Amino acid sequence: MTEPYPEYMMESVRKVEATREERKDKEFDRVSDDEAMEILKEWHPDYRKSDPEFFREIAVGPSKGKTVPTEVANVLEAYPWVDPKSVDLSVIEHDAEVFVIGTGGAGLAAILWANNEGVKMEDIVVSTKLRLGDSNSKMSQGGIQACDGEDDSPLIHWLDVMSGGHWTNDRTLARQLVMNGPSMIKWMELLGAEFDKHDDGGMQELMAGGASRKRIHSCKDYTGLELERVLMDEALSRGMRVLEFCPTVSLLTDDSSNVTGGLVWNLETEEYHVVRAKTTVIATGGFGRLHVAGFPTTNHYGATCDGVVMAYRAGADIVHMQSTQYHPTGAAYPEQIVGLLITEKCRSMGAQLVDAEGEAFIYPLETRDVESAAELRQIREGKGVKTSTGQMGVWLDTPLIDEIRGEGAFEEGLAAIHRLYARFDIDASKYPVLVHPTLHYQNGGIAINADAQAIQPNGEPIGRLFTAGETTGGVHGDNRLMGNSWLELLVYGRRAGISAARLASKTKMPRKSDLKLTHLTRYSEELQKSGVKTERCSPIILPNYLGENTMAPVGYGKETPFDRRLDLFT
Amino acid sequence: MPSKDTTTEKNETTGNLVTVYIMGKPYEVPSELTIMKAQEYAGYRLIRGVGCRGGFCGACTTIYRKREDYKLYIDLACQTKVEDGMYLVQIPFVPAEKPQWNLEDLEANSDSIIHFFPEITRCVSCNACTQACPQNLSPMRAIQAIRRNDLKMAADLSFDCVSCGACSVRCPAEITHYHVFQLVRRLVGRYVQKRAEHTAERVKEIEAGEYDADMDILVGLPEEELKELFVRIREGNPLQLPEREVGKHD
Repeated sequence: MTEPYPEYMMESVRKVEATREERKDKEFDRVSDDEAMEILKEWHPDYRKSDPEFFREIAVGPSKGKTVPTEVANVLEAYPWVDPKSVDLSVIEHDAEVFVIGTGGAGLAAILWANNEGVKMEDIVVSTKLRLGDSNSKMSQGGIQACDGEDDSPLIHWLDVMSGGHWTNDRTLARQLVMNGPSMIKWMELLGAEFDKHDDGGMQELMAGGASRKRIHSCKDYTGLELERVLMDEALSRGMRVLEFCPTVSLLTDDSSNVTGGLVWNLETEEYHVVRAKTTVIATGGFGRLHVAGFPTTNHYGATCDGVVMAYRAGADIVHMQSTQYHPTGAAYPEQIVGLLITEKCRSMGAQLVDAEGEAFIYPLETRDVESAAELRQIREGKGVKTSTGQMGVWLDTPLIDEIRGEGAFEEGLAAIHRLYARFDIDASKYPVLVHPTLHYQNGGIAINADAQAIQPNGEPIGRLFTAGETTGGVHGDNRLMGNSWLELLVYGRRAGISAARLASKTKMPRKSDLKLTHLTRYSEELQKSGVKTERCSPIILPNYLGENTMAPVGYGKETPFDRRLDLFT
Repeated sequence: MPSKDTTTEKNETTGNLVTVYIMGKPYEVPSELTIMKAQEYAGYRLIRGVGCRGGFCGACTTIYRKREDYKLYIDLACQTKVEDGMYLVQIPFVPAEKPQWNLEDLEANSDSIIHFFPEITRCVSCNACTQACPQNLSPMRAIQAIRRNDLKMAADLSFDCVSCGACSVRCPAEITHYHVFQLVRRLVGRYVQKRAEHTAERVKEIEAGEYDADMDILVGLPEEELKELFVRIREGNPLQLPEREVGKHD
């Protein structure tokens, strides 16, 4: 059999192979809280708050003065690309009891539970940027947490969530998360999702990094795909209608700052559609395609932070936005797949992180931020592997999985990863794979309360605006554990759907005169007064990868073809 | 990329260029790019035919032929490297209506499937679907398994399907496989797989309020105490709240 890597990499592979047998049963020391913090402060990009290249204070808006990554500040300190004067808001194309923006897991959960709560499917208007179901949710591989094991409980799960978030999480939100875990699993089971089970129907459960009990439920390593497509199928079967290729680009508000619907941009016909709504749910997902700190990303093409931008302009506070999750195992070789996710399930099943010299340098299931920081440390100290394109990485020793669990375990439990590498003639069950941290998840986002209402800095909810999923912050604090993203989007998507439906049932449809974009005009005025000199526009809708530099978003706003940069104040 | 990620010193490309024909027009692109990145390199801004960019969503189905090769290939643009002389076009959409069904009204057998998709009985086992599948699945075997009333096998065979629709555009029997398989898998998940009793039990306990009092105590504890509790449970010990034992749910 020919070797899958060029000789300069095979030299290092042989060192990894040489130490495998003695590493196989290695007992790792777990890092203490203090040691974790030390590694993070030294090596994790999140902890470079004073470096203006990485972070800056936002100069405008409700959370003015908070420190966020520069890429996030760029989309917040930007003009709306909707010109309020150029939009005719008197032509209303859709009336909604509940208007849902986004069709990842959170949006679909909101739709289904609003329907369960009594809202007819034809009264739910749904907009989505690309096709139905295009989302990070669908790309999730490893699994979903829920505390249904014998040695487990909501209390233990809660402690894991809080510890994972370095105790910065909103305690009440984290409590609601864990208390609803088992019921969400049961709900998905009844909808016909195929979980990995034992013959008696009991769940096969694995350990997540940073957790203290095995509570990862998986569907091979296509967990997100399976759960998402079941939700899509159920929603379509109930008669959901979706505006596809129609990102929402701004909320509409009335004079009392209640949200009264949204303005949708049809990417294909290049025209606006006005959605009037009693209640609105933002479920737009994360910000990976902003390439925070210059990292490649695992995220969907449309993950551009739009929900945060829209809610922020309507008065929402943002929390934990300074915190970005870099997944420790993004592919680093071959070049075609750099940044793609290699699921944590590999490490749950026994794979270890090993440096160029064959040394396993950290317990494989610390929290993701600690694992990533430890990798960056090894690389900085000269123990990384450099590929011909200059990409650095360390080894994920995947052959351990079959060694520990028997021949075939890798392909059975990690079909997607096996297939990903097989396309490039690498058998990941026989050879280790090269990995590097990759931008994976927006830990923070729009501040919410336990009813999934978007809230202002003073804690008061914004009228008729609900939100759930990756676009929100607080549940996970400063670091999310594996498997808690799908749990969060189900729990809070459901909560948002129910809350929105209940409010809609006692709210009158907004009058035509209540559909306004004055909040955008106000925001633009504030931005201009702030002294920030910019021509940027947002939300950016899609990153710009045109030209030779295919991994970089080449500027926001002005350079995008969606730019309707107004001459509002110039 | 303008990298602040200082552990990655990216060279732009390795310098080898190949010619690909996007909808007939030739472009020179770096040889290590995927079809998707090559199109962007060539200046196409993608809206249709692009999605997750990671091989999970099935949006970027691409058909192509290679130089001096009569064969028609189908792959995902985000997962396939360009080759010199490749003629390619992306399929923006596969037309197919998804029937509506209520899982609660159905049974897990082939009759339920054939009721919605009678065309699966027209399958002549030509295997064109299997040859088209970018995931290297065997849709033909899965369709035949349904006809034998072996829904579990059909679900297993189709589990890794990303609904790209490549099989359906090649099928002479005009089957829309991905819709068929979705129904099969949901029926198997709902009726063939056994229920997780331990999950249902835990739901009951939570709904009965069995954890509420302890949760009230736990969420009110100072951070230092929580840290100590966490270190203990991480070592596998049962959780003991201060003052009193939690009881059977540790």
